[in-house]
Amino acid sequence: MTPPQPGEMAPAPASRQAELRPRPAPADLAHARQAAGAPTALGAAAALLVRDLRLLWRRRGDALQPALFALIVVVLFALALGNEPALQARVAAGVLWVAVLLSGLLALDTLFRGDAEDGSLEQWMLSPVPLAWLVAVRTFSHWATTALPLLLAAPLLAELMHLPHAQWPVLMAGLALGTPLLSLIGAVVAALTVGMRRSGILVALLALPLYVPVLVFGAGSVAADAQGLDAVGALLMLGAGLVLASVLAPLTAAAAIRISTS
Amino acid sequence: MHHTPDLPSLLAAHALHYARNDEPIFGPVAFAVDAGEALLVRGDNGAGKTTLLRVLAGLLPADGGEILIAGRPASAEARTRAMAYLGHLPAFKADLGALENLQFLCGLHGRRPGRGLEDALARVGLAGYEDALARQLSAGQKKRLSLARMWLSPAPLWLMDEPYANLDLDGIDLVNRMVRAHLDDGGAALVTTHGAYAAPPVRTRELVLRRAQEWAT
Repeated sequence: MTPPQPGEMAPAPASRQAELRPRPAPADLAHARQAAGAPTALGAAAALLVRDLRLLWRRRGDALQPALFALIVVVLFALALGNEPALQARVAAGVLWVAVLLSGLLALDTLFRGDAEDGSLEQWMLSPVPLAWLVAVRTFSHWATTALPLLLAAPLLAELMHLPHAQWPVLMAGLALGTPLLSLIGAVVAALTVGMRRSGILVALLALPLYVPVLVFGAGSVAADAQGLDAVGALLMLGAGLVLASVLAPLTAAAAIRISTS
Repeated sequence: MHHTPDLPSLLAAHALHYARNDEPIFGPVAFAVDAGEALLVRGDNGAGKTTLLRVLAGLLPADGGEILIAGRPASAEARTRAMAYLGHLPAFKADLGALENLQFLCGLHGRRPGRGLEDALARVGLAGYEDALARQLSAGQKKRLSLARMWLSPAPLWLMDEPYANLDLDGIDLVNRMVRAHLDDGGAALVTTHGAYAAPPVRTRELVLRRAQEWAT
C-alpha cells in the first residue's frame, strides 16, 4: 500500500474496516435530524437569560459593583462641592450622568470577555440561532444586571446631589432611555475588542466619543427642564437613538465578533 | 471511492483551502464522509487540523473551495444545523453546575429527541456530578461533559478536535464507544488526532495533513 499523499484520502486500512452495515440515506437523515430537536430563537434566549441570572446569583457580590462605583463617584462630588445645595443642584444631572456612563464603561469588559475566554462565544457562533439575536439577548441581560440596579438607585443619588424633585421624572426617563442605548453602543465596542487580551483603555477610547451624544442629550434634558424649557425633544432624540441602536447594534456587534475571533 | 454515486455524502469538500496573512495553513484538500463513517484527520502539530475543523464548522471563512452537505453547497448557517463541534475550549461556565451547563448548551444547539440530560451524564460516567460546579471538574471530566453535549446535539455530523486529549484509557474507550453509537445511528464524525491514540473501531477514512512549509519542498 502506498502511503497517503497530503490532502488526499487514503483507503481505509483493512483492520479499521469494521463490518459494513446497511447505510441509511444521508440526505434524508440529515433533513429529518435538522427538523427534529432544532433550537428556537426564544428557547435559546430563555436559556441564555436563565444562565446569566444563575451566574449573577452565584456572584451576587460582583453584580453590585457598577452601582457602588456610581454611588462612590456621586458621594465624592457631593463632598467635594461642599455644603452648597444650590451649586450641587445645578451640576447634579451632569454628575449623575457621568457617574452612570463611567460605571457602564467599567462593566463593559464583562459583556463578552468571559464568554470569549471559555469558548462560549464559539458555541454561540455555532448555534443555528442567529448570532445577532444572541448578542441582543446578552446585551439586554447585561443591561438588566448592571444598569438596572443603577436606575433603581438613581433617586437616592439625585437626593444626595439635591436635585429638585420636579426634575426627577425627566432624569429617570432620560436614564431609562439612555442606559440601554449606552449598553448597545458598548456592545459594538466590546465585540470589536473581544479578541484582545487587555483592552481596558482601548474600550474607553473607542466608546467615549460614541457616548458623548447620549450624555449631551441625557444631561441636557434635565438642564432644559430646570430652565423651564421643553425636555421632550432631547428625550425623543434618546428614544430615536435607542430604536436605531436596538436594530443596528446587535447586527454590527455580531459581525464584529466574527471578525475579531477569526 | 466506495460510496454509491446516487447517494451524496453527508459532508464533502472540494479544493478547500485556507491561508492566514497569505501564508497557507492547509489545503487544498478534498474529502467525503458518508453517514455511518468516520474521517480520521491526521497530521503533526501545526498541520492545520484544528483550522480545517474550524473552517468546516463555519468559525473561519474558507479562502476557496466548496463544502457540500448531503450533496448541496452549504452556507455557514446551514452547516451549524448539521454539525456539532468539540473544540479545545469546553465552553462551560465555571460557576454553573454540570447539568446547568448542559441545559444552556442544549438551549443553544437544540436537543436530539429521546435523549435526556441526566441520561447523557450517566452515559459519559458523570452520574452523581449533576450539581458539581464546572470549576470543580477535572480536565478529563470536562471533556466527558463535552461528550455529553455532543451526544445531546441533534446534529448528524460530529467535528471532534483531539477528543482523546486529557482522557484516561477508560475515557478513550468511551469516546470510541460514543462515536460508534453515533455512527450506528446514521451519523458521521470527523476526528482529528496526531496519531498516538487508537482510532474508533468503525469504518474509517483517513485524511493526512502536512505542514504548509513541507508542501513546497
